[in-house]
Amino acid sequence: MFDELRDKIMLCFIDNGYWEWLVEGFLHTVLITVFAVLLGLVFGVILAAVRSSYDKNEETLKLRGGIGYYLLKFFNAVCKIYITVIRGVPVVVQLMIWYFVILVSSKSDIAVAVIAFGFNSAAYVAEIFRGGIMSIDNGQFEAGRSLGFNYVQTMAYVVIPQTVKAVLPTLLNEIIALLKETSIAGYVGIMDLTKAGDLIRGRTFEAFIPLIAVAIIYLITVVVLTRVFTAVERRLRRNER
Amino acid sequence: MKGNENAINTANNSLISINGLKKYYNGEKVKALDGVNMEIKKGEVVVIIGPSGSGKSTFLRSLNLLEIPTEGKIIFDGVDITDPKTNINLHRRKMGMVFQHFNLFANMNILKNMTIAPMKLLNKSKEEAEKNALNLLNRVGLEDRASAFPSQLSGGQKQRVAIVRALCMEPEVMLFDEPTSALDPEMVGEVLDVMKALAAEGMTMAVVTHEMGFAKEVATRVVFMDAGKILEQGTPDEIFTNPQNPRLKDFLSKVLT
Repeated sequence: MFDELRDKIMLCFIDNGYWEWLVEGFLHTVLITVFAVLLGLVFGVILAAVRSSYDKNEETLKLRGGIGYYLLKFFNAVCKIYITVIRGVPVVVQLMIWYFVILVSSKSDIAVAVIAFGFNSAAYVAEIFRGGIMSIDNGQFEAGRSLGFNYVQTMAYVVIPQTVKAVLPTLLNEIIALLKETSIAGYVGIMDLTKAGDLIRGRTFEAFIPLIAVAIIYLITVVVLTRVFTAVERRLRRNER
Repeated sequence: MKGNENAINTANNSLISINGLKKYYNGEKVKALDGVNMEIKKGEVVVIIGPSGSGKSTFLRSLNLLEIPTEGKIIFDGVDITDPKTNINLHRRKMGMVFQHFNLFANMNILKNMTIAPMKLLNKSKEEAEKNALNLLNRVGLEDRASAFPSQLSGGQKQRVAIVRALCMEPEVMLFDEPTSALDPEMVGEVLDVMKALAAEGMTMAVVTHEMGFAKEVATRVVFMDAGKILEQGTPDEIFTNPQNPRLKDFLSKVLT
């Protein structure tokens, strides 16, 4: 029985060099995830900044007048629509729209995937950060303002540092979700980890071994990610007490 | 009326002059402040009392525009701070504020809590800001907690730090919004002592509180508010031993038992 299993493993990974597909697929998965996370963070934080600035300053700006209020109100509405659309459309559909419609002439499939997953993730990251900012006791904000800090200074010195710590666990969830979502990249012909496993399955007519291998690789990646985040969280908490 | 005479007499040389201050919520449905006039002179300790929901906290928070008034003017140091063109951040530096829930910055230790504003806003050097902060901590008996984080302090300690944090900006007036209301009873005294010392040094103070003992002992003027209006004001003696307004009499009969 073990001989049979060994033969199958050899067939799936070694004999025809299919292990290289898995390595290449894994690298693509990591590449897409890393850059999509970065894009999602940058754009998501910008969205969150607009949304929470509006939430926090709406009353003040309204009463104090000026064009700033209408500008912020406009951008807030744009961000809200963006977040609603992104969250309302399956990411695989978004990916295909980017690939077959918007960026149809793009030369790099990976770049298209990064853009699709990044802009998708941004909507979730935005809501994570906005929720985090709103969860910080408003007294912290008021204390900063009462000392004479302006809005940006108060956010930078007082609110954001506390927000980052508060959102870290939720942010990890989003990154894990994104990593696993990239498994649909095969829909647009990218050989990511999942696609590699599936290709091996097609060539060898062996389903169990390649798919289990793919599952284990995802699992290990997620466990490592979680470990890293837990360590970062612990370090941040130690700085506070 | 007694209150009005007082306002006219002190109209000159006042540090803060409040004129027709109104704060409405939900259109005009909720009138948190309904036309408040007040003068606060340099060195005065104005204690504002009144039932909950009377608008006294809203009034205090309006003084540094944490609440934006719907109507009315606040002249501070000769500048109309309710004018949208005024840079309120510059004026807030000169108005220290102490909150009911302390609001020490949770992400900074005590020393950083006290030095960040002078360093970033008044361009003080780190050494100068820390020296000043440690001096002030020393005065409230907390110099050994300089490197502690707010979560490690008791309520009374937090509030004493919050007071000296505000003092680090060398304010011209200190606003206290129910500074002892969130404290365990045994910690009220230590905070009031700091406030008394501050008053004795001549700091201009506006205090919203339920501590009638503090009002009697320290106030130069007691102001009674109800339903967003000032109903009566005078010296502690006038207010506590010879109240005129029926609502004030009723209020005092409930709190002075």
